[in-house]
Amino acid sequence: MPERLYGIRHHGPGSARAVVAELERQPPEVLLVEGPPEADELVRWVADAGLEPPVALLGYAADDPRRAAFWPFAVFSPEWQAIRWAVERGVPVRFFDLPFAYRLTGEARRTPAVSPMPVPDGSPASPADAPASSNDVPGGAPGEAAPDDATAGDTPGDAASGGAPGDAASGGAPGGSGAPGGSGAPGGSGAPGGSGTPGGSGTPGEGGAAGAPGEAASGNAPGEGGMAGEGGGAEEPAAPLRPVDPIGELAAAAGYDDPERWWEDVVEHRGMPAFEAIAEAMAAIRDASPEDPDDLVREAYMRSVLREVRKKYDDIAVVCGAWHVPALTRKVAVKDDTALLKGRKKAKVDFTWVPWTYGRLASWSGYGAGVSSPGWYHHLFASADEVVPRWLVDAAGVLRAEGVPTSSAHIIEAARLAEALATLRGRPLAGLAEVTEAAEAVMCDGEPLRVELITRKLVVGERLGGVPDDMPGVPLAKDLTAQQRAARLKPEALERALDLDLRKETDLRRSRLLHRLRTIGVPWGEAAATRRSTGTFREEWRLRWQPEFAVRLVEGSMYGTTVAAAATAKVVRAADKAETLADVTALVETCLLADLSDAYPQVLASLDTRAALDADVNHLMAAIPALARTLRYGDVRRTDVAGLAEVTASLLGRVCAGLPSAVGSLSDEAAKVLRDRVDGVHTAVGLLDDADLRERWMSTLASLGGRADLHGLLAGRLTRLLLDAGRLDGAEVRRRLRLPLTIGTPPAHAAAWVEGFLSGGGLLLVHDDALLGLLDDWLADIPPAAFDDVLPLLRRTFGAFEAGERRAIGERLAGPRATADDGTPGGLGFDPARADLVLPTLSALLGQKITDSGTARGNETAIGGSPPGHGTANGGAAKADGTSGEAR
Amino acid sequence: MTALRPHAEDQYAEELAQLASADDRPRPPGWRLSPQAVVTYLLGDGAKITPKYVGPRRLMEVAVSTLVTDRALLLLGVPGTAKTWVSEHLAAAISGDSTLLVQGTAGTAEEAIRYGWNYARLLAEGPTEAAMVASPIMRAMQTGAIARLEELTRVPSDVQDALITILSEKTLPVSELNTEVQAQRGFNLIATANDRDRGVNELSSALRRRFNTVVLPVPASADDEVEIVARRVAQLGQSLDLPEVPAALDEIRRVVTVFRELRSGLTEDGRTKLKSPTGTLSTAEAISVITNGMALAAHFGDGRLHPADVAAGIVGAVVKDPVSDGVVWREYLETVVRERSDWRDFYRAARDA
Repeated sequence: MPERLYGIRHHGPGSARAVVAELERQPPEVLLVEGPPEADELVRWVADAGLEPPVALLGYAADDPRRAAFWPFAVFSPEWQAIRWAVERGVPVRFFDLPFAYRLTGEARRTPAVSPMPVPDGSPASPADAPASSNDVPGGAPGEAAPDDATAGDTPGDAASGGAPGDAASGGAPGGSGAPGGSGAPGGSGAPGGSGTPGGSGTPGEGGAAGAPGEAASGNAPGEGGMAGEGGGAEEPAAPLRPVDPIGELAAAAGYDDPERWWEDVVEHRGMPAFEAIAEAMAAIRDASPEDPDDLVREAYMRSVLREVRKKYDDIAVVCGAWHVPALTRKVAVKDDTALLKGRKKAKVDFTWVPWTYGRLASWSGYGAGVSSPGWYHHLFASADEVVPRWLVDAAGVLRAEGVPTSSAHIIEAARLAEALATLRGRPLAGLAEVTEAAEAVMCDGEPLRVELITRKLVVGERLGGVPDDMPGVPLAKDLTAQQRAARLKPEALERALDLDLRKETDLRRSRLLHRLRTIGVPWGEAAATRRSTGTFREEWRLRWQPEFAVRLVEGSMYGTTVAAAATAKVVRAADKAETLADVTALVETCLLADLSDAYPQVLASLDTRAALDADVNHLMAAIPALARTLRYGDVRRTDVAGLAEVTASLLGRVCAGLPSAVGSLSDEAAKVLRDRVDGVHTAVGLLDDADLRERWMSTLASLGGRADLHGLLAGRLTRLLLDAGRLDGAEVRRRLRLPLTIGTPPAHAAAWVEGFLSGGGLLLVHDDALLGLLDDWLADIPPAAFDDVLPLLRRTFGAFEAGERRAIGERLAGPRATADDGTPGGLGFDPARADLVLPTLSALLGQKITDSGTARGNETAIGGSPPGHGTANGGAAKADGTSGEAR
Repeated sequence: MTALRPHAEDQYAEELAQLASADDRPRPPGWRLSPQAVVTYLLGDGAKITPKYVGPRRLMEVAVSTLVTDRALLLLGVPGTAKTWVSEHLAAAISGDSTLLVQGTAGTAEEAIRYGWNYARLLAEGPTEAAMVASPIMRAMQTGAIARLEELTRVPSDVQDALITILSEKTLPVSELNTEVQAQRGFNLIATANDRDRGVNELSSALRRRFNTVVLPVPASADDEVEIVARRVAQLGQSLDLPEVPAALDEIRRVVTVFRELRSGLTEDGRTKLKSPTGTLSTAEAISVITNGMALAAHFGDGRLHPADVAAGIVGAVVKDPVSDGVVWREYLETVVRERSDWRDFYRAARDA
């Protein structure tokens, strides 16, 4: 036979080293690697220094990028090492697994209900995506595409579920539960599934499992299942298990918990004929396990490629999962293979390299084919000597970075303990279990949190790969790279916080980029604790780049070729589709935040239309605060907000017109809602800084305030707002307050009035003696029979005040008011003559002549009698006056 | 044998001898058994050797390896997680002597860790070696044995630090005589401390650095815990010469369930949240409740363990603070115990208790 078969363990550093050593020893003329043949073109990039593992081959259907799959490679993957070896020496490399294109069509044929919808609106959380993804990505395809099948679970358990897409399609309602897996993807591990594959998600029971899509993307289970379904129909029962990790099985049989260590001990330390031995062992295992129909198809294809290559070359090296080796050496008639492969159509697929992360590689992120400790494998592969001490030094570094004092002595002792443990367990060298336990006992003082820290940072690792800039990819992704460079913002796998000051050019650019990316469904940054109400120029973000964003970018590329264009198109589309006014106002805000000025006119137009059509004044009022905020925000972001101001003004006009008819005959609940809305708009109007609008709003309120049919809550609230705004003077307010509180009004209405009037404003009572007195008198006037009815309502109002305010009100009622009359000094007894001594200094400070306490006393009545709203301008002085007045 | 509670090396002398005779692996200097045999002694081999510790194997492996590397071992855990038990058996298996013990208290003085003086002799003869009173730790150093220090965190900080020289230099200077006591090979120290007492006298980082820490967890599953309780109860029954009472596994399971549920604040089915009492409700307490119940049953009952026999013990174990724990217990009784149809007897008994 002209070929040499290297059966490897996917992502096994031991296999990687062995493969490279073999290739060095016997350089072949051509190298065949298990992987999608469509990616042959991309192999040359491996030589590029910019392509830095972990990376993944991303394959997607050209007409629907959400049907995608990944083939990840780490630096310690045997395939990666073999390809690199070949590329560096100019040896041709071919991928020879079943083409990805076959699998896509195979599935489309099987699920007739599918008409691959173009991405609806692309918003990742939108349920609209869901049916699409679960329908037309019946997972089978990409699933099996995985290069990882030896380690990956092509488990028939999954096969059963994979068979389900058939069910789902025929059931006619596949979307429902399948959806969450796909659509919920953004942050989670399920993301690639969402976009890619989820055979699993077609199964209603599994749809929500984030893990399932992930697996699907990496390509194993559901895919296989899909094929199984094809062969045996959707009702095919769960077939018996085919080993997930055959080398792992061998290791387990030998009593090893870590297949890598087994490889190390058994294969590496015993010299070279490793691959023959592995092949024999695999043959033995395969004889005893059931065949997976999907494997058969793939292997048929592999064999046919092999036959073809044999015609051209004499010396062939084949790197594939150990599981396939026996099948490739087996003698099978050509016609049998062609029969298996017959009738498969090709879909158009595109491939590219995308960066990957170790976190995604680790199985705990739901990547079934992954390894649980990529960081450790990387270390095993990368460090030539002193594996354990180097590892412990790194672990100590992690702990030190977190402020845990870890000395060299700790490392020494940990290394000794690891060795002792290895000896105790009869192992030639300390493995991951030993170093972890040693680190736990010596360096972490047995604290699980620190152990977890080491696991996260070191055992898994957060390495993020990179791809060269000049690699052809989707234009959107390239534009993003350019933007990232312009904004000096590097994608990192580890979450980090970013604090932006929008007054700076770079930060503004960053903020816009992040907002735009969010719009096109790439939540690279999450806004942390927005402080809209206070700061307008600060933004806090939490950044974390997820490898599956690559798919989102491909998806997003159908909207436009640059980030800005894609975001604009997406926002415009969303504005057209928006159902309620609030949706559109949110989009307006997005427009401004992301600086999508091209989308802006259309969104505003849409806003205007919605506002005109929306008859519910409540909706209109709900929209105003966001717009007002946006208007203010725009100043910092230097965007043109003139158009928005107009729309806001017209909106407010509509509100002013509609409000009078909306306030009559309200139930308690409705009144409460409306009161909150009025408050919101009132605040917003204050923000707008437009005298005309303000005037219009206030006069609307003033005209409303006089109406008799108002709900008590609103009447009280309006009076209060007018009072705060200085529209009513003290005497008028006192009159109005007394009016509802008179005998003619039912107590419930009166109490609602008081609630509306006082809600959120206990301080007013503390400072306004007149008001307090009025309330006090009214309370005392309530007839005993009615008092019982009013009390709970009053209590509701007062219960909402701060405890401190309540106490202050109580003290106010019990103390000074009484003492002020009889003229005895209050609690703060001091000598007015001595207090006068500070007046010259105060005058100098204030630049205003204050003669003596006599004048202050003169002011006292006026200032004390006016509510704080008036008094604020000279609040400091008012306070001083008040105090000296009391002391009188 | 008249000792109320024989030492581990006496009680399990047979097992130790058996292990020693079959042990062909290299033994570290001063050790009676090889490290592998020590682990087997602790975890049992499923046949002749009974398990002393039920729990993760790796913990025992780390503990034994620590002692092999002549690092001191610190066993941490909430009360009743078999810290002392493990340390006793480790000492028995490694040096055949578990009696070199210092009990740490707030009043533990430096003499208890280093050495004291026989004042009569000191006055008569002046400072001589004969006038010295060796502490258990000093004796362990001289004989190359394992010393044990219980409740290390209760010992005042300045006294704790007397250990630093012993652990790092493996020597104990006697300045009065201008000599020193050098530790012989085989010497090591096992200290226990409890999680809840942390902060009482936190170890200085200099001392901390000299210990490897092994945290002993509460039993992971109810079945494990039942097994532990059943086994210990049987052993205690033998050594205390209680009349034979058939160990009622149902009652043991019930006590363990009650303890676990109250400890974790959640019923086993995970459906009901509970308040947790102030006590720790350790496995050790469950053991004593059952033992106590069996004594009651044997002497005052019909020789069989009934719910009523354990009820009083449980209440005593749960209600450590009469006010707050009383509420916790009554709530548990009325909301959880009452609902369980097969727990009727126990409910009645507990209400009367």
